[in-house]
Formats: sequence, structure tokens, C-alpha cells
Amino acid sequence: MDRTHRESDLERTVLGPLRKTSMQFWLVIAVLGGLVLMGAVLLGRQWTTGLGVTGLKRPIYWGVYISNFVFFIGISHAGTLISAILRVTQAEWRRPITRIAEAITFFALILGALQLWIDLGRPDRILFLFFFGRFQSPLLWDVTCVTLYLLSSTLYLYLPMIPDLARLRDRMTDAPRWRRRIYTVMAAGWHGSHEQHRRLERGISIMAVLIIPIAVSVHTVVSWIFGMTMQPMWHSTILGPYFVVGAIFSGIAMLFIFMTIVRRAWHLERWIKAKQYDYLGILLLVMSAFWGYFTLSEYLTTGYSSLINEVQVLLAKIQGEYAPWFCAMVFCNLILPFAILIRRKGRTPTGAFIVAVGVAIGMWIERYTIIAPSLTRPALMARFAIYTPTFTEVGLTIASLALFALLFLLFFKLFPAISVWEVEEGQAVAAARQKAEELLRQGQLEPTLPTP
Amino acid sequence: MPRWGMVIDLDKCFACQSCTVACRMENNTPVAGPDQTARGRAILWNEVLPFIEGEYPKVHVQLIPRPCQMCDNPPCIHVCPVKATYKTDEGIILVDYKRCIGCRFCAVACPYQVRYFNWYVPEWPAALKAHLNPDPEVQPRPRGVIEKCTFCIQRLRKAREKAEAEGRPFTATDYVPACVQTCTGHARYFGDLDDPNSLVHQLAHSPRAFRLLEEMGTQPKVYYLKQG
Ligand code: SF4
Ligand code: SF4
Repeated sequence: MDRTHRESDLERTVLGPLRKTSMQFWLVIAVLGGLVLMGAVLLGRQWTTGLGVTGLKRPIYWGVYISNFVFFIGISHAGTLISAILRVTQAEWRRPITRIAEAITFFALILGALQLWIDLGRPDRILFLFFFGRFQSPLLWDVTCVTLYLLSSTLYLYLPMIPDLARLRDRMTDAPRWRRRIYTVMAAGWHGSHEQHRRLERGISIMAVLIIPIAVSVHTVVSWIFGMTMQPMWHSTILGPYFVVGAIFSGIAMLFIFMTIVRRAWHLERWIKAKQYDYLGILLLVMSAFWGYFTLSEYLTTGYSSLINEVQVLLAKIQGEYAPWFCAMVFCNLILPFAILIRRKGRTPTGAFIVAVGVAIGMWIERYTIIAPSLTRPALMARFAIYTPTFTEVGLTIASLALFALLFLLFFKLFPAISVWEVEEGQAVAAARQKAEELLRQGQLEPTLPTP
Repeated sequence: MPRWGMVIDLDKCFACQSCTVACRMENNTPVAGPDQTARGRAILWNEVLPFIEGEYPKVHVQLIPRPCQMCDNPPCIHVCPVKATYKTDEGIILVDYKRCIGCRFCAVACPYQVRYFNWYVPEWPAALKAHLNPDPEVQPRPRGVIEKCTFCIQRLRKAREKAEAEGRPFTATDYVPACVQTCTGHARYFGDLDDPNSLVHQLAHSPRAFRLLEEMGTQPKVYYLKQG
């Protein structure tokens, strides 16, 4: 590239945060790091004394950790699925937010896998899953699909980053050596030739199509670790699609949250605009409606029957000890989104952020109220059991969220949060279209139908 | 090959809990203490469960002694991701403590809540520790794995060894689990379900016989004889 290159506005804003770091940023990192450290201590204690430090017991063998697992795998749908669907349908407005979405996927998957590990009674034997894995077990379906999803979404995050990495390699000449090395190696000799572009676009489109079924499969099999057992209110065919819908729903919420944070902190207001909030807000509403529909189908079908074991669990949720959770869930997932996002005026960054935090909490509660109540009231039980999570479980949940945010922020300190080349491409496309329309209007261009 | 099964006559059981205690001594299940027991952490391979039916003044307590049901179609085995739980040729479901990764999927899948988890390193008060069963097959399980009733599988091995030492063929009546041997009310029967002449076979076909949660299709090999 030529040395006299003048940085565009876009480049300057996007690369700015990579060059300078404010005190506030380090402060946030320190706080998050502290929380992660607390989690490490708690986990160390759990590993040395045993899972007795949790609130788990017979018959509630799964609790907060498994809820976290489902939650993190759920939000991993933010990225890949949303960005892939938008890419495949060629939605132009996706361009500034795909990178953030894809990064959420990548880190959420890592955190999700970590939750499973935290939950194991014998974490030292985790590799047994690979050595002795039995494909008849739904848990192995999870391991397989999550691994596949992690690999493909890593690729899907990396591929569209290559041109930007090359740009970093060429522009960030004053960065420390190790960073320049990373950029150089990861840019993989990109110099922007026509041929390279063609191949890259090809790779990205193949991945975008491929990743959609993988993403759907991941959340379906996650639901099947419950659906394949005969526990009341788990053994239901609705669970697969219900989880997929919930996953996309919570994924969009997570995208909103991180998009808004990055937008504020990295000063990207000029690129992530009202349009993104507007469209994504509508998408969130649609998912909220879907979620409500599935919830209603599930609860009404159960409640209308007189299958005592099932009804018992349902009652625990709507009028028993889980009723407060249930109400909070309905409020966060249904009432809040519709109250705020239904009007265009509500689909602002602030409005979307509030709703998104609500939905994220609501969807965590949804996971929890699917997992815990069924286990407190199994079919053959002399007495109902009560599950109260302990400090260790709550602490590890907070630490996991902190680790998630930490990885995310550090990643975007190293790599641009917006896909610069894709936005530029979008600008070029828009400019060309405008010019063509102009010419057309002046009659200097013959409108021709494209030849098949 | 025998297909081991058990029949429990609810008319004869008077809930003395001898079976529960015998099982603990035979199989070295740890002592959880009152505190942990209240928190649902006790490990009792065999339990006598009180099911309270009806409401005052018409209350009926149905007491059901519950070992592992030794399902012929065991959901616990279907879900294990690492083949740590398996069925022997003679139909007994066992756990490989060296293989189990402690995911507790089997415990969630078992409709009878028969599977117990080692929340901590197992412990005994000193007095009890001196009386642990020395059989290597029932040595205390490590922390973080699942364990459950095995129909006292170590007794089967011993019975076979004994028959061999005495130079006679092994018969199904040589082997009984500790709970059956100890049962004060003679409510428990044990033997080969496939042998039409065995007592368990005949009792299992009695009109009083039923199995727990039969509708789930797990096909337990533990039968109960109805009360009344
Ligand atoms: S009772 Fe439970 S543990 Fe025993 S075989 Fe049946 S499913 Fe497995
Ligand atoms: S807890 Fe152990 S035996 Fe049970 S499913 Fe997991 S690995 Fe298998």
C-alpha cells in the first residue's frame, strides 16, 4: 500500500481505541479481573472440597451451572446466527455490527463449555468425553456440536477479519512488536488483490450458509439433554425449537448490550446508528413474540391435562416457590420488550439497552425455571426437595459473566470492533448505486435488464 | 444365564429399616451426618420411602423399600456419556468409579432417584471406620462420582468362588444381597427371574405383583406385591 495513505474518518475512529487506552478502561479491566480472580478462588475451593459446596443435592442434581451452560450457549447465537442470516439475505445494515456479534459467539461458546466443566464432579476426567465418548448420550451430542460450532465460528470470526488485519499490519507501525507480529501472522499475506478478495468472499459465503444449520443443531441438542429424559415437563418435543427461539432471543439482547457498550466506549456513534437499533429492535420484538407463543403452547398443553406429575411441576412454577421467578421471566421477556420497543421512539440505544438487560436476565431465569422445578418434583418422590443455590454458585456465575466481558473488551483492544473493509465496501456500493441512479435520471444510461 | 431379580412383599414389610442398615454395612456407604442429611446429601443405596396418600382423617402411608430397580431398559445407561455405567450379562447395573466423570446425567435420568453422588470425600466416625467391609469391591468410592445399589455384586462373586471351592455347581440360591438376607419380616425374595421354578419368578407373576412407574417402560427387575 502507498505510504501517503490518508486515513479515512472511519479508519481513524475505529483504530483510535487500539492506539490509545484510557484510565477508565484499565479500571474496568481491573474490576472485571478482580471478579474473575474471586471466581478462580471459589472454583479452587470447589475442586478441593467437592461439589458439596454448591446447593445441589438429591434429586436436584443440576442447578445454576447447567442453567449457565444453557444461557451462554444461548447467547452464542447472537453472533453467528444473526450475522450469518443477515449476510445471506444481504442486509446492508448488518455491516457495522457483524464483528461484535461474531465475537460474542466465540467467547460465549468458550464460557459455555467452561460451565460444563465447572459442573463436573471429576473435572480431572474431562478428556474421558473424547477418549470414551458414547454417541448414544445426548451429552456427547452437546460436546460434538459445541466443538463443531466453536471451530466453525472461530473461522467465521477470523475470515472477515483478514483484510482488517492486513490494514492493522500496515497502519499500526508504532504498536509494540508483539502486536505487530500478531497482525502480520494473522493477516496471512493479504494484500487486497482481486483474486484474494474473490476467494475471501467465497469462503465467507460458504461459512455463512454452513453455520446456520450448525447453530440450530447446537441449541437443539442442548435442549435434548433435558428432553431425552423422562422428567416431568422436560420430556416434550417443544423443547428443541423452544430453546432455539430462546437462544436467538437472548442472543440479540446480548448483541444490543455489547453493541451499546462498545459504541459508547469506542465512540462509534457515527457508524452504529439509529438504523441498527431500529431494525434489530424489531427483530428482538419478533423473537419475543415467538418466545411468548412457545411458552404459552408449552404451559397450556401441560396445564390442560391432568397428568399429575406434569401439573405438579407447572403449579410449582405458577403458584409455588418458583412463582416469583416465573413472573419476573414473563415481565422481562414479554412485557418489557413490548412496552418499550413497540414504538419507534423506544428503539433508541438507551431503550434497547434497558430491554436487552431485561431480556438477558429474563432468559437466564427461563433456563433456571426449566431446569430446577422439574428436578424438585420427580415422578417418584416421597417428599419435595428445595434447592437454594449457594454463594459459590452465585459467585461463579458472576465471575463467568465478568470473564466473558473481560475477554470481549480485551479482544476489541487488539482488533477493530467494526469491520472496516466491509463498511467501506458498503459505502462504495451505496455511492455507486447513487451515481447510477443519477445517470439514469439524466438519461445518460440505458436501463437494461440483466441477461440471465 | 440367570437374570437376577427381587420381589418385595409390602404386606410383610413393617418398615424396620434393617435392610437400609444392612446395606450400609455391606457396601460401605459413607455417613453424611444430620446436617448434610437434612440437605439431601445422605447416601442410602436402599431406602424405605413413606408415600403419604389422602388427607386427614383418611390418611394412608404406603411404605416402599426401594433398592435400585435394575431396569432391563435402564434410562441411566442410555444417557451416560462415557460408558461409566453399564449392565452385566446377568442384568445387574453397575457403575465404574474409575470411569465416571461425575456429570450426574444418569442421576437426572433415573426416574427412581436411585443414584447417589459423592459430594465430599466419604467419611465415617472412628468407631464405624473400624468395621468397614474389607472387600476390595466395595472399598469407599472417591469424591465426585456416582454410586448406587449393586444387588451386592461382591456377594455374587463370593458365592461363585465358594461353590467352586466346594467343588459343586453354583446355583441361584447361593447368592442373596444383604438386604434380603437381613429382612426381619421376610418380605424380600431374590433369585433368577428366568427360572420358571424359582420363587421370584412365581411371585413376579402373581396377581398382586406390580412394578414402580411401570408405564415408563423401564422394565424394572424389582417387583412389589401389593398391600392388602
Ligand atoms: S432404577 Fe435407576 S439406576 Fe437403577 S437401573 Fe433403573 S434407571 Fe438405572
Ligand atoms: S455421573 Fe458418571 S455414571 Fe452417571 S452419566 Fe455421568 S459419567 Fe456416567
